Amino acid sequence: MIDAVSQARRWYWQRMSAMVLALCVIAHLAVMVYAVRGGLTGQEILARTRGEWGVALFYGVFVVATAVHVPLGLARIGEEWGGLSQEHSRWLTWAVGLLLLVLGLRAVYAVVWA
Amino acid sequence: MKRVNDLRARSHASWWAFLAHRLSGLALAAFLPLHFWALGQAIQGEAALDGFLRVVDHPMFKFAEWGLVVLLALHLGCGVRVLLIEFLPWSGLRKAGVAAAAGLSACAGLAFALALVG
Repeated sequence: MIDAVSQARRWYWQRMSAMVLALCVIAHLAVMVYAVRGGLTGQEILARTRGEWGVALFYGVFVVATAVHVPLGLARIGEEWGGLSQEHSRWLTWAVGLLLLVLGLRAVYAVVWA
Repeated sequence: MKRVNDLRARSHASWWAFLAHRLSGLALAAFLPLHFWALGQAIQGEAALDGFLRVVDHPMFKFAEWGLVVLLALHLGCGVRVLLIEFLPWSGLRKAGVAAAAGLSACAGLAFALALVG
């Protein structure tokens, strides 16, 4: 039996994270188009990001929103196309969310403070 | 008896928007952990990040990068369309939304391609 409250909650967080991501992605696309002109080196990337709190804040928010949005989308695909039960898709959601959160925040730390 | 969907919905632009949104999301979900891992290389210093960037400095990777930008813009466009459908009191076929999503993706792809090779 489908848990309606759980489904509604997933829908809500998927849409809320999508709204945050829409803004983040527009900014990220613009930054990428600007940054890749003339090639891209590690030095160029890090020169722009090292010690920049604004970068850390923006990409930190981006990572958290992604860690919410991606697992919920994958869980939905798992249920609709993969035949996953709600219990299994819940596990998938948590596992993928945790993976993206850890890797993503590690990446933010790496380019800003390491 | 299990009900199986027929293919009638696939003659509608909205179905293709749904499919593009879902498949682009899947591809981006597969790419993202690699993207985070690559950037995380900077923990070991600039040389480690540069080492990775040197490996992907190849036409095939550049094409894949361009593809990812197109997929990201496509997912964004289709996603904004879903948000507009769900939260605004618009009605009707809304085919313009599908066209706008495709157009946004094409623009982003062109802009990135120009920046990459220009």
